[in-house]
Amino acid sequence: MGEGFMATNFEKVVSLARKNSIWPLPFATSCCGIEFMATMASHYDLARFGSERVGFSPRQCDLLMVMGTIAKKMGPVLKQVYLQMAEPRWVIAVGACASSGGIFDTYSVLQGIDQVIPVDVYVPGCPPRPEAILDGFMKIQELVNAEGLRRRHSDQYKDLLGSYGIQ
Amino acid sequence: MALTNDMIRENLTGKFGEVLYDWEEPYGMLTFSAPKDLNLKVLQHLYDDEVMAFRFLTDLQAVHFPDKKGAELAVVYHLHNLRDNVRIRFKVYTDIQTPDVYSATALFNSANWMERETYDFFGVNFIGHPNLIRVLNVEEMDYFPLRKEFPLEDQTRIDKDDEMFGRGTY
Repeated sequence: MGEGFMATNFEKVVSLARKNSIWPLPFATSCCGIEFMATMASHYDLARFGSERVGFSPRQCDLLMVMGTIAKKMGPVLKQVYLQMAEPRWVIAVGACASSGGIFDTYSVLQGIDQVIPVDVYVPGCPPRPEAILDGFMKIQELVNAEGLRRRHSDQYKDLLGSYGIQ
Repeated sequence: MALTNDMIRENLTGKFGEVLYDWEEPYGMLTFSAPKDLNLKVLQHLYDDEVMAFRFLTDLQAVHFPDKKGAELAVVYHLHNLRDNVRIRFKVYTDIQTPDVYSATALFNSANWMERETYDFFGVNFIGHPNLIRVLNVEEMDYFPLRKEFPLEDQTRIDKDDEMFGRGTY
């Protein structure tokens, strides 16, 4: 083969494409959302990672970014947004509240979004700095890159979704 | 002549006699209590009387006093006379076993959501309310979270070690 060609396999090409064109869906409810705005803006520039296209429709997006306190009453809404996303889909919990309820250890707040949907990456902090969000995003990219084409068809994955009452 | 606290007290005592009690004026705001079956009569009188004219319900909420046996729940009304710019506070107490209080929705439309909220958090049963269901909390909630016997933290969770959060038994 000559210049400009390389040999690879289909799975790697798909992973490479997915990894560098993740469309995020921001689900921002509080201060972590403000940090995300900074992450999107020119100084930190999430676009460098192929994610300048923030979609506000779950049907188009690959990555659900949950940023902020999720009240128990909002749990079903969050789950519905997750269900409306097409596979393959990833979830990142940004900040202490989305990850564990944070300081809101109280009757009205969901103690971590992993009670209603599966989460791939947790970003700690209250709120996390944009660098931390970028770090979490790069962790997602690693996951996307390493994920095989058949993972979403595996029994383990179906069991995971089943444990959340999905499908 | 501007409406003074003394005039309000005199007017109410003239109308209702000595059944109104606990008169006080914290920070200059006239405050008193009434038996709970009189709450609508007092509100109606304060609304209708030309001199009183308390026609705006600023706020309505409840307070839980676990140590006051037989009068654990206080329902508090904040009223505003917009003409003379005078505010008063008026309470009724009820037993927590039978938390029935007449609804003020017929008199003030603003009482609708505020009574729902008070029901939601304290379980006060407002008799005559058109739609007494939870307004802020999840529908499945089976208790009234602002009553003092319920700790603030979610009691159903198992992933937080109480001792690590400084609230274990030592």
